[in-house]
Amino acid sequence: MAATDALTAPYVLEYTYRRSVGPVLGRFLTGLRAGRIEGSRSAAGKVQVPPSEHDPDTGAPTTEFVEVGLAGVVTTWSWATAPRPGQPLAQPFAWALIKLDGADSALLHAVDAGAPEKMKTGMRVKVRWQAERTGAITDIACFEPEAP
Amino acid sequence: MSPREIAIVSYASLLAVPGEPQRDEVELLLPVVTEAVARSGIPKRELGFTVSGSCDYLGGRPFSFVMALDAIGAWPPIAESHVEMDGAFALYEAWVRLQCGDVDSALVYAFGRSTQGDLGRVLAQQLDPYTLSPLWPDDTALAALQARALLDRGRVSERDFAAVAARTRGGDADELVQRPYTVAPLRAHDRGTVADGAAAVVLAAGDLARKVCKRPAWIRGIDHRIEQHQLGQRDLTRSVSTALAGERAGVGKGPVDVAELYAPYTHQELILREALGLGEGVEVNPSGGALAAHPLMVAGLSRFGEAAERIIDGSANRAVAHATSGPCLQQNLVAVLEAAP
Repeated sequence: MAATDALTAPYVLEYTYRRSVGPVLGRFLTGLRAGRIEGSRSAAGKVQVPPSEHDPDTGAPTTEFVEVGLAGVVTTWSWATAPRPGQPLAQPFAWALIKLDGADSALLHAVDAGAPEKMKTGMRVKVRWQAERTGAITDIACFEPEAP
Repeated sequence: MSPREIAIVSYASLLAVPGEPQRDEVELLLPVVTEAVARSGIPKRELGFTVSGSCDYLGGRPFSFVMALDAIGAWPPIAESHVEMDGAFALYEAWVRLQCGDVDSALVYAFGRSTQGDLGRVLAQQLDPYTLSPLWPDDTALAALQARALLDRGRVSERDFAAVAARTRGGDADELVQRPYTVAPLRAHDRGTVADGAAAVVLAAGDLARKVCKRPAWIRGIDHRIEQHQLGQRDLTRSVSTALAGERAGVGKGPVDVAELYAPYTHQELILREALGLGEGVEVNPSGGALAAHPLMVAGLSRFGEAAERIIDGSANRAVAHATSGPCLQQNLVAVLEAAP
């Protein structure tokens, strides 16, 4: 049988349903779209950013949200010399855990610092927003050093 | 009630570095499973339980473990299970299953062809799908955050990372530490060599283990603990889940001759040693560990198999086996293996 006689059909690998992100992450992502960062407060008073659906210590559902600052401190960082497809920046950048002002846990994101010499644990960084936001973690384009 | 006595009675593995493009999963598994079963001395049809560990994301298709059953032979019907985790966690399921008392033996196997895709991208998809995966952080990027935190704590240096690499995979630490960064502060030698492989272990209980094996590796304690998924909610410089699992498995109850630790990165071996309280006298990863060969889903079960081999061949009396899963040592499984009945 010639190859042209073979039966063919389109095949698309996909999940053909929509999924709700729920009241906790939903609130966090909606906040990002509005240019706001919200965390959750645990029973012990600790503020988690991103918010946890449950208290990490007791397992109690999250009921209280707290708005935190749009700048914070780098608690640890690494330097991506060769960024990979899909990562926040196309040029070399720092991955960092960032403890935003008012938060007790740190958020993972990228810092556009230009060179590894500009990075330091304990330095302050601030949010750089995307021009168009959709309610996703990528609404934060990256962070940048607070002091140029 | 004290747990039923369970031992590892045989182990076989195939590690292909840098990869095995010619053989598929079934072809990798068949000789390994056949060898482990033959060495156990237990006829294959008499094995009471079969459980495997593998990952659909490596095969790039759903239910890839079902296809692998061709290497086992599922007719006449067998009692079979699967975990979407490293085979070490399948071994834990088998240990729990054997506690029920109605079956006396189990076959545990694992397979992974980690070289078929870009492991950095594959592992980005094990992360939180809303706050982490969309950023596509590769495993080295995250491990490097942990390495930096450890360096900032001030007790170890990049030279110490290189020394772990030199010991387990060869080379000179002073030369290695001069090489360029991949994701600073990590270099190529700090990450385990991505590999393909398969491993199989046979477990037996009580009298059956004593009958088929001269020196069974008795599992004296086994425990699995999990930490927060979000890296920013953890102290990355310590592995509190390993410490807790090690304590509950009884690591500190006696001297440890050898430890096989699943550390995909050099600095993680240092963190694990500290968490388990392993001193200078303990031989760590004589097999080369996951740094010498890192087939995902297999490396953990291999640690259990390698540690057990040392008991079975008489070169150790008490061993620690460890497996990890998730970013930056999120989950940890620790077991103590002993020769003493």
